[in-house]
Amino acid sequence: MKLDSRIPEGPLAEKWNNYKANQKLVNPANKRNLDIIVIGTGLAGASAAASFGEMGFKVKNFTIQDSPRRAHSIAAQGGINAAKNYPNDGDSVHRLFYDTVKGGDYRAREANVYRLASVSNDIIDQCVAQGVPFAREYGGMLDNRSFGGAQVSRTFYAKGQTGQQLLIGAYQALMRQVNAGTVEMHTRTEVVDYVIVDGKARGVITRDLVTGEFSRHFGHAVVMATGGYGNTFFLSTNAMGSNGSAAIKAYEKGAAFANPCYAQIHPTCIPVHGEFQSKLTLMSESLRNDGRIWVPKKKEDAEAIRAGKKKATDLSEDERDYYLERRYPAFGNLVPRDVASRAAKERCDAGFGVGTTGLAVYLDFKTSIERLGEDTIRARYGNLFQMYEKIVDDNPYAEPMMIYPAIHYTMGGIWVDYELQTTVPGLFSAGEANFSDHGANRLGASALMQGLADGYFVLPFTIQNYLADDIRTPRMTGDEKEFVEAEKAAKAKFEKLMSIKGSRSVDSLHKELGLVMWDFVGMARNKKGLEEAIEKIAAIKKEFWTNVKIPGSDKGMNVELEKASRLADFITTGDLMARDALNREESCGGHFREEYQTEEGEAKRQDDKFTYAACWEYKGEDKAPELHKEELKFEVVKVAQRNYK
Amino acid sequence: MSNLLSSSIGRKLLMSLSGLFLITFLVVHLSINLLLLIPDGGEAFNVAANFMALPLIKFGLQPVLALGFIVHIAYGAILTAKNNKARGNNKYASGNNTKEVMWASKNMAVLGVTILAFLAVHMVDYWIPLQITHAVGSVTIGGVEMHDTYSLVAANFQNPLKVVLYVIGSLGLAVHLTHGFWSAFQTLGASNTIWRKRWTVIGTVFAWVVSLGFCVIAIAMYACGSCC
Amino acid sequence: MENNISLTLKVWRQSDSKAKGGFETYKLETVSTDSSFLEMMDILNEQLVGEGKEPVAFDHDCREGICGMCSLYINGRPHGPDDDVTTCQLHMRKFKNNETITIEPWRSAGFPVIKDLIVDRTAFDQIIAAGGYTSVSTGGVPDANALPIPKDDADEAMDAASCIGCGACVATCKNGSAMLFVSAKVSHLALLPQGQVEAALRAKAMVGKMDELGFGACTNTGACEVECPKGVSIANIARLNREYLSAKLKD
Repeated sequence: MKLDSRIPEGPLAEKWNNYKANQKLVNPANKRNLDIIVIGTGLAGASAAASFGEMGFKVKNFTIQDSPRRAHSIAAQGGINAAKNYPNDGDSVHRLFYDTVKGGDYRAREANVYRLASVSNDIIDQCVAQGVPFAREYGGMLDNRSFGGAQVSRTFYAKGQTGQQLLIGAYQALMRQVNAGTVEMHTRTEVVDYVIVDGKARGVITRDLVTGEFSRHFGHAVVMATGGYGNTFFLSTNAMGSNGSAAIKAYEKGAAFANPCYAQIHPTCIPVHGEFQSKLTLMSESLRNDGRIWVPKKKEDAEAIRAGKKKATDLSEDERDYYLERRYPAFGNLVPRDVASRAAKERCDAGFGVGTTGLAVYLDFKTSIERLGEDTIRARYGNLFQMYEKIVDDNPYAEPMMIYPAIHYTMGGIWVDYELQTTVPGLFSAGEANFSDHGANRLGASALMQGLADGYFVLPFTIQNYLADDIRTPRMTGDEKEFVEAEKAAKAKFEKLMSIKGSRSVDSLHKELGLVMWDFVGMARNKKGLEEAIEKIAAIKKEFWTNVKIPGSDKGMNVELEKASRLADFITTGDLMARDALNREESCGGHFREEYQTEEGEAKRQDDKFTYAACWEYKGEDKAPELHKEELKFEVVKVAQRNYK
Repeated sequence: MSNLLSSSIGRKLLMSLSGLFLITFLVVHLSINLLLLIPDGGEAFNVAANFMALPLIKFGLQPVLALGFIVHIAYGAILTAKNNKARGNNKYASGNNTKEVMWASKNMAVLGVTILAFLAVHMVDYWIPLQITHAVGSVTIGGVEMHDTYSLVAANFQNPLKVVLYVIGSLGLAVHLTHGFWSAFQTLGASNTIWRKRWTVIGTVFAWVVSLGFCVIAIAMYACGSCC
Repeated sequence: MENNISLTLKVWRQSDSKAKGGFETYKLETVSTDSSFLEMMDILNEQLVGEGKEPVAFDHDCREGICGMCSLYINGRPHGPDDDVTTCQLHMRKFKNNETITIEPWRSAGFPVIKDLIVDRTAFDQIIAAGGYTSVSTGGVPDANALPIPKDDADEAMDAASCIGCGACVATCKNGSAMLFVSAKVSHLALLPQGQVEAALRAKAMVGKMDELGFGACTNTGACEVECPKGVSIANIARLNREYLSAKLKD
């Protein structure tokens, strides 16, 4: 496997312009004869499909949900970054680029990040034109707020529902193309495999989730934008349906999987409360703008609180440890996510945690309410407070919230070059599904930016460069032997799952996998634990393939069967994550190896050995994957130890 | 404009406009009826009733009024049928427990039918004898001979059953209007968060004033007839 | 704080869109009142899978009240007996020990049942496709601050835009009307200068599609806004009526 990042020539700031100036284009008459398959209808998928349709390509768009408006991009609360510098606080494309590379702990590709920063402003313009109701000031201008890890206010937001509004904007653009006939929408349809013809991605095999029927679809190019694989952990902030199967299928067909171990733990989630729990709810990071995080200073107080003998409000200021403000005076409660998460874990592990489980810290709005008044706080975070109250049954205006870190986002993903093309020609990957822009840690409000950048402003250019060579490739019918064989293999897999007829439910196995992941491949990892995890995951895999129980039949809708086929891929993902974490003998961003930390417990990178993207090549069932390295060169950014003190 | 009236909002527009028209009719009707309460032996009322029987009004305005009723009733029926179809064939086994919804708003058709039944009795009582059969006594006021409508009304209200029926009809009308009044403005689009509250208050006051007005007249006529 | 309750569930089961369907009764012991309604459904399904029976199919995804995928008509109310929440945000502390809970799919001619508690809501997508957008293509748009928008308008547009397309409004409406959904989108865009350009066309196209798909007419009962998990107001319906009528009268 050869990794060619295809970074354009020229100085960093000129690369994207140079690329656009020299890329190949497809003329309008030819676009009509070219088919593009887009998998996923989140921000990246919907924006790409809509843009391709507008350009004149014939698009087939697939989603597992009942509507393209449901993808989990919708759940992003906080906002989207852009280097507009509207507040005149010194922001610029270069600064956004720099912050993103630094926030990612110097493990992202400079050229991609620079492009991301430079198209960020176009995204805001585009969304406003679509009618996204961003928050505004009384003068009618767009409002900005600051977000974790940034010293400027560059985050645009729409109440606490920014992801929803951006997705609905993209969804509307997409439905406009459906109406125009350029996009064919397939809802409740899961892509179960890719079809490779002469080494190029030429189509997909789908399973209709309502009828259980399989179909073959041809495309001159295939874009997968299917999000991340956080649900490997069972409990995460991801939606129940979010899965990494399309990525694993791509990996198994020859696409390299890069940096699987980079998983982001979000610091402000509602703590786990019971065994029956199905998912973790995120409370927007924006809460850290006005909320102060603390635990009791004395262990006795923490113990009394856990036992229900004391309440948070019983403790005076002197008895509280605002540990982020103490440890990181410069950034305080606004340190990046990985730093905030680890600090919470450190306090809880040391016995200062609160809540009934001891796995929670306080997020307190008392100071802000005193300073700004309850009405202002309500206007800023009312919907989040209401959400918290509904779940926990506590009033966050009176009692501090309790939060704990949870798996949230995966920076790793399918390896792509500068054009967002994977190592399989003709297969592109966008949004969270690819590995490209966030390095080892993603900054708040950057996921929405990346998803839309890929879909609206990158793929529409780069895919043409690929398709320009394909204008003479006629459409395939789907009866070619590659299609027939791929469909047969996919069917066989589902039949095999149905034939196991064991005794374990899918969820029980998934929970078991999740626990192994959280305990050994979670916030703090070490060699011994990771080796143990690999063994345990292999045992779960064996148990799954011999003892899973799926009632019903493979005809018609069978939810358990859907979950089982996704769990099979989560097991592969889990193994890959553990292997990658074991390989990466350093701490960086969301990846923390206990062996590599400073005396104060901060992450310690090993730049001389690990300044590369670890790309894993599939070598076959039950064979260890092979590691390839894309060396990361930093020509503009000065690599340094991150310092938020 | 072409297919406005075949759209759901177009049909609602007709309900709204015909409803508002009928509301203005109610105001006229009530104003004339209030003349019954003037202790002049029915003179003022008879003059007003005679005015309403002028050919211009009888042949010019009555058909318009009738059309108002017909449109309101016919479109009410069409909309109800269509809405029932849209609800689907399967009913909820657990019913509907949504709170904070005005009872009247969910029962406009039932209330409408109640009012319609009352209207039929009303027509038999007054419209047929006054305008078709002319089986009414006459009276001369200011040199003009006219129907003694007052006596007809007074006689009718000596029947306690009629009085009760009249009161029930008026109350049904009130409940119908508590929703119908503001709803008409909502359908026209002449509402928003603030005006919705205003229309509801105005509508409720209007509904009860009109309805109680009719009731008071009926009861007063009954009481007056028995005592004087 | 932890508290367990036992429940009797009457759940609508229907093997596919053509099957007749009917209620099945299940008993559940020890459900924590801290669990969400859908977690309770997970427990039921885990129990059914254990017995070798097919689990109850229901739509759900984000489980934080924003994707609009979860539905369920619970004890006579869409999204159950709590206000301003979706079913996934409903918690079992709202129920009593030994209570019987009736769980049905959304019912409306516009939302046919696919399986058990899952209904087909693609009609909503069709309505959006008919005109629920601004006709701008990627690129070639002015700077985001080129058109100032009064804060009040932006806020009101945001309130209308907060619709999650779950369909509770249709489910609860005695007329099976989609007016709240349609009006929310028409209002969201009509309130913004970017959406003004096509406001008349949009209102006509979306209402036309809504009628064509067999949704009922609005009789202003307001049940939709009571059950809307996002509190979308029927003031939007007045605006839609306004937009639609003025558009039609101008034709």
